[in-house]
This record gives sequence, C-alpha cells and structure tokens, in this order.
Amino acid sequence: MSAYLSIRNLSVALKGGGPILRRVSLDVHPGQVHGLVGESGAGKSMIGKAVLGTLPRALQVTGGEIWLDGVNLETLPPSERRRRIGATAALIPQDPLTALNPSKRIGPQITRRLVDILGWSRADAQNRALELLAEVHIPEPARVMRNYPHELSGGMRQRILIAAAFAAEPQLIIADEPTTALDVTVQKQILRLIAQMQARHGTALMFVTHDLGVVSKVCDSLSVLYAGLVVENARMRRFFTRPIHPYSAALLAATPTYTDPFGSLKPVPQNVITAVETEVSQHDRRTGA
Amino acid sequence: MMYQIRDLHLSLPDMTRKPILGHAPQMNILKGLSFDIPKGAVLGIVGGSGSGKSTLGRAMVRLLEPTAGQIMFDGKDISHASEDELRPLRKRFQMIFQDPMSSLNPRRRVGGIIAGPLRLHGVDVSGKVDEALEMVGLPRHFATRYPHELSGGQRQRVGIARAIALRPDFILADEIVSGLDVSSQAQVLNLLEELVRDLGLTLAFISHDLSVIRRLCSRVIVLRNGEIVEATETVKLFDTPQADYTKELLQAIPLPDPGQTWT
Amino acid sequence: MRDARADVRRPVGLRLWLSGGWLSLLTLAAIFAPLIAPQDPLAQDLFLGRLPPFWESGTEPGFYLGTDSLGRDVLSRILYGARLALIVALVAGTLTCLIGATLGLIAGYYRGWPDRIISRFVDIWMAFPPVLFSILLIAVLGPGLVSIIIAIVIIDWTRFARVIRAEAISQGAMDYVASAQVAGRTKFGTMLAEILPNVLPTIVALLTLEMGIAVIIEAILSFVNLSISTDSPTWGGMISEGRISVHQAWWVLVFPLITLFLTVLSFSQLGEGLKDRFDPVLR
Repeated sequence: MSAYLSIRNLSVALKGGGPILRRVSLDVHPGQVHGLVGESGAGKSMIGKAVLGTLPRALQVTGGEIWLDGVNLETLPPSERRRRIGATAALIPQDPLTALNPSKRIGPQITRRLVDILGWSRADAQNRALELLAEVHIPEPARVMRNYPHELSGGMRQRILIAAAFAAEPQLIIADEPTTALDVTVQKQILRLIAQMQARHGTALMFVTHDLGVVSKVCDSLSVLYAGLVVENARMRRFFTRPIHPYSAALLAATPTYTDPFGSLKPVPQNVITAVETEVSQHDRRTGA
Repeated sequence: MMYQIRDLHLSLPDMTRKPILGHAPQMNILKGLSFDIPKGAVLGIVGGSGSGKSTLGRAMVRLLEPTAGQIMFDGKDISHASEDELRPLRKRFQMIFQDPMSSLNPRRRVGGIIAGPLRLHGVDVSGKVDEALEMVGLPRHFATRYPHELSGGQRQRVGIARAIALRPDFILADEIVSGLDVSSQAQVLNLLEELVRDLGLTLAFISHDLSVIRRLCSRVIVLRNGEIVEATETVKLFDTPQADYTKELLQAIPLPDPGQTWT
Repeated sequence: MRDARADVRRPVGLRLWLSGGWLSLLTLAAIFAPLIAPQDPLAQDLFLGRLPPFWESGTEPGFYLGTDSLGRDVLSRILYGARLALIVALVAGTLTCLIGATLGLIAGYYRGWPDRIISRFVDIWMAFPPVLFSILLIAVLGPGLVSIIIAIVIIDWTRFARVIRAEAISQGAMDYVASAQVAGRTKFGTMLAEILPNVLPTIVALLTLEMGIAVIIEAILSFVNLSISTDSPTWGGMISEGRISVHQAWWVLVFPLITLFLTVLSFSQLGEGLKDRFDPVLR
C-alpha cells in the first residue's frame, strides 16, 4: 500500500540558527494512524506544521521532501501548495478554546472552509455541518450551531473542532495533542471519537502526543523523536513489546502506570541521554549541519 | 493530626455571570468536605477539572478563606485567622505550585527565590540555600541563575527547594508534575518521595493523574463537583473502587499497553 | 535536552547607543550652553536679520545655523532651549511617573475599594480634553516653568496609572505572588518586593516615553505663547516664530523642529532599548 503522506529527510532549522528537525523520514498510510512521540522541544509538532505550511516565522525548511498523494509539496509554488493543502488536509488543534474564534457563532466557523475554499453553497455547507455535528455526538446540533464557543464545555469544543476537521472530507488529518487539555474521562471519549471518525472516513491521521498511553490506544505505527531526530520508527504492537532504541525503552519505563506503580515512573538514565545526545551530534557531523 | 477539616464550604464570585450592575453571583466550589491528614501521611487528592481540588488546596494553606466549616492545622483553628495570626504558622506549611514558570518570580535569581521565605521568618540564610539546592539535586552555581534559564524539571526542583528550605511540617503539592515531560516527572516524583521520607514531611498531593497518586500516596480522596465521592487507602481504591466515578476514572486511564481493554 | 531556541542572537543595542548618544550630547550642550553658544541667544541685531546657515552665501562668521528676523542666532537659541526642554522632561516626567505608577500599582494589586476609587478618578480625569485643560491651567497658574511642569503632571499621570494598573493585575494573578503570601510576606511587602520589579521595565519604558511627551507639550505650550516669558529661548517658541517667516528663512523653523523630533524619538527609543538590554527575562 502506498503512503498518502510521505516525508523524506525533512530538515527544519531556525533562520540563522541550529536545526529543529534532523532529516526526518516517515510515512502515513490511508486509513492508518501514525503517532509522533517525544518530549517537549523534540520537534514533534513542527513536522505537522511543516506539512501544513504553518511553521513559525523564525523557522524554515532547509531540506527534504514532503510527498502528499504523489506530489512533492516542496517543489510547488506557494499558492498552489496552499490550495492543495487546503483541499486535502486538516488540523485538529491542541487547545479547543483558542482554536475557535470567541466572537463568532459555531456554525459559520465550521462552514467557512467549505464555502470559501471549496466553493460549496451556503445551504449545502449548513447541511453538512449539521450532519457532522450529529456524527460527533453533539446533542441538538441545530442549537449548537448558533452557540458561541464560551457557551460550550471543553469536550464539546473539541468535538466541534473534530467535526470541522472532517467537514471537507480531507484525506490527511494532523491531530496536534488534541486531548492534552482535557480530563481523562473526556479524553477517552474524544480519542474514541477520533478513532471512529478516522476509520469510517478512511483518513490518514498523524497524531502528535507526548503520552505513550494514548499512542497504545489509537496508533497503528509511530515515530519517536529526540531533538528533532527520529530515533525509532515502529509498528505499534512491536514497539510496546520490544522497543528497539534504548531511548524508546527508557521513555516507556518512565511512563506512569497504576497497574505497576514501582516498575513504572523510572527516570530516563543518564547513560541513555548521553548516548542519544552523541547520536544527535554524530548525525550533525555526518550531514554537515 | 496535621490537618482536621470539617464540613468545609467555599464559594467564590462567578465573574463570568456578573451582571453589569451589582455583585457577581456566588458559585459554590467546595460543598462540605471533611477529612483528616495524620502526621507523616501522604494524602492524594484526585479529581477532574472543576472538581475543586485546587481550591481545596488553596484553602488549606489559607490563600483562600472558607465560607463555612473548619480547618484545623495541628490543633489550631486557622479557618478565619488573619494574615498577622497566620504569619508564625506559615513557616510550618508550604506549597509547591503547578506551573513553576509562574510561581518563580522571573526577575529574581534562584538563590534569592529560595532565600526569600527564610529571610521573612528571620532564619539565618547562610548555607541554607546551598543546602536546599543540594537536597533537590541541583548544583550550587544554579543560585545565580534566573528561572527562565532552567528547564521545566529544574524549575520545579527550585520550587521544591523553596518549600523545604524552611523545614516545614506540611507541604501541599498542587499538580506539580502535570506540566513536565515523563522523564522529569519521574525524577521530580522520586525526589519528593525521598524528601518526604528523609524530612518526615506530611504531604498532600493534588493531581488529576491516578497513576502518579498510586505511586506516591498512602491514602486518596476523590473529589467531584466539590464533594468527596470516595476516601480510602490507595491500595483499596485501585483494587476495589467503590464509587462509580472512581471506576470511571480508573477505566479512562490509557495504560501504555496495547493489550488493555479500553472500552 | 538541547534547546535550539537559545541559539538566536539578540540584535546589538544600536538604537540604545544612537538615542543615548543624542540625549547625552544634548544634556552636555544644555549644561555648557553659556560656554559653547557662539552668540548671546537674546542679543538682537536687526542688521544681522535672517542670515542663512553657514553653507549658503551671504552669511556672517559665527552664525552657523543662521539668524531669525530679529537677528538672534538660531544655534545659540537651540542650545539654550535645550536647557528648558530637558528640565521639563526630567522633572515633569519623573513626577508624572511617581504619581501615576504608585496609584496604578496600588489599584492593580490591592483591587477592591482602592481600585474602584482610583479607576473612577482616572476615568473622569481622562474625559477632559488635555490641551484645553492645560491652557486653562496655565491661564490660572500664570505662565512659567513651574506651571508647565504642574500642567504636564496633572494631565499625564493617568497614562501611567492605567498601564501600570493593568500590568499589576496580570502580575498579581501569577503564582509567585501566591507563593510569597504562603511564605508569609505582607501584602505591602509583596507589592514592593515581588510586583514592582516585574512592572519596572514597563515603568522605565513609559517614563522615557513620557519625557518625550513632556518635551512636546512644552513645545506646544510655547507655540501658543503660554510657556515661559517670550524672550527666553524655547524650541516651541522658535518653531512658532519660524512658522511666520518660513518662506523667507526656512532655517528658523527647520532646525529647532529637527532637534525636537530627534529628542522625542530618542526618548522613546531609549526606553525600548533599555528594556531589551537590561531585562533578564528578555535577555
């Protein structure tokens, strides 16, 4: 099966500064969920941003290819790149409060993309939005369409963002820590919802998270990052039974687990950190970064 | 008993529903909580957002004044004590905050931050800052750094150093690892565990994460909407949870194990 | 983990050097005006009226930037005018800052009734049109240096009060303030030891901005002849006089205008530059 999103040797760096992503390569297949795992500052969110073309001003892509559905995005002119991304990819953001415009009603915030970018009629877009809100289990969708974001709970807002992401039937969705701001009980509902929607629509999903527990529930495969370097690409089940890279194993052992309170929560050993740091500098020397 | 809390109520004005004229309506955050913390115990306080767990913590160290009920600290009623009455007691109960970036004054060096509470209580500072840094596993030269020069885990260690420098009897830790990466999370928890043991501290540990509570605490109270839904020993809570909400919480935790049935 | 964000280098404080340089030069010029001014700034000589600046033809030696219609030397008048401008900037700026920032800090940190009283007062105060208000004030107090300073303080303290109040509110919500309270610091002690250092960069930036504004207000008041007695040289007064004869002698208007512009710009840039350079949080 060919990948829908295929990233090859992607490098991102601070303008006039050090590297943020170090020749990252990974594939996301249709109907599959690929996790990006790492600690803060490992660059996992930057991969999604590089694909969507929303990297912060201070950063730039310095090399590599991003193939979306057989087209290398990096060779396209910016306007064509934006159009292609707008038509085929969508984002589920981390913070459901700041991702919605507080002064606009929910309805237009979902339909805007359909009308403005895809040229749907207002009535069609309206019907599609109602259908989607029902699909993400929002009671009384017609009423919620007229609500303002602050009138809804965090879980409801995240459902709306999921509905908005799926609205244009994108073939790729990037979910950037979509449940980090939520309570565990709500997180469970939202994760289940994302998995359901993804399976039903056959979407390729790239799932950024710091929580290996979450990865084991939603992902089919994953990449572990350290300082912008992919230290391991793995199938999900294999990863949890036999992590190959020592840093992956250490990360797994550090994750708190209530069923094994004294076997988990182990600090990452210093020798593992030293080893992976050495690996990063060797990589830099080899690539001349 | 370190703490005896009886029928604690606390309301705060709900500014989101404040009319243009007049006062904001009161919102009941804590609705009659009663529990004890014996000396030397490590109590976990768990609940979701809006459960009132942080408000409870802030009432215990009297950053907030309860609306009704009683807070007894080591036999003294501090429910409505004035700041002047509280000052001598403040040396004995300290707090570690959730966000170390916000809880460390950005314009002070680490040494000044740790020495601050000591100077206030007229304790001789010499050597105490180095000692506190050493106890939390930070090198001495960190005393001259600013908080923004440190990593998240290091900042939280400074927060802990500030709290233990006065050698308090009781520490309240409010979600102190939820903003940290797993690797620093593990280190900070191990450190706290050691300090509690070595200094004979009584600890109340507020968290939304039951996995972390399981490791650290001997007893747990589960809060929901400002009420205690379950209070028991940690082992019992995990083996035979009684309240439906506790069961729901436990089942919602995603274990790093693809074999977990998670329906 | 290594953090590549630390690799970004902050640009050198060029604007700090330029603005600081200009203001130091101006300060020296003001202090030593009697020594360096080529002419008596008040000396009139109708035979030397409207002499052009030195690079044009028909000048007299010693009148580098030309003379006005009464034959007074423009350069000497600018140098003496700097004295008044800088005194007003320093004294009025500092007083405005002290009053406004203190009230703003109290309102923002204590909240409750002190905040209600101070904020209402600020709102009412700001409803008066400022220029009209100052003209009225000087009419009542009579022209003079002290009147100008009082007028500036009375008009502008609200700027500080508002900004510092907002800043103190946001700092007051930070956990380091709660932490100081848990440690047993008094409310007043917390305000001075914890909040003040964090609003200080804003205060400094506002203070330098205010000094620039004070220079402008003084110029405006001179322009409408409400400043110090008309024969002592002020930049505003020179601009006002130069305006009348701009077609015959542009230099009488342009040189004080450039000086005023550079001075006000330098004050505002100095504040920003200081903030960049000395704020440990930004650095």
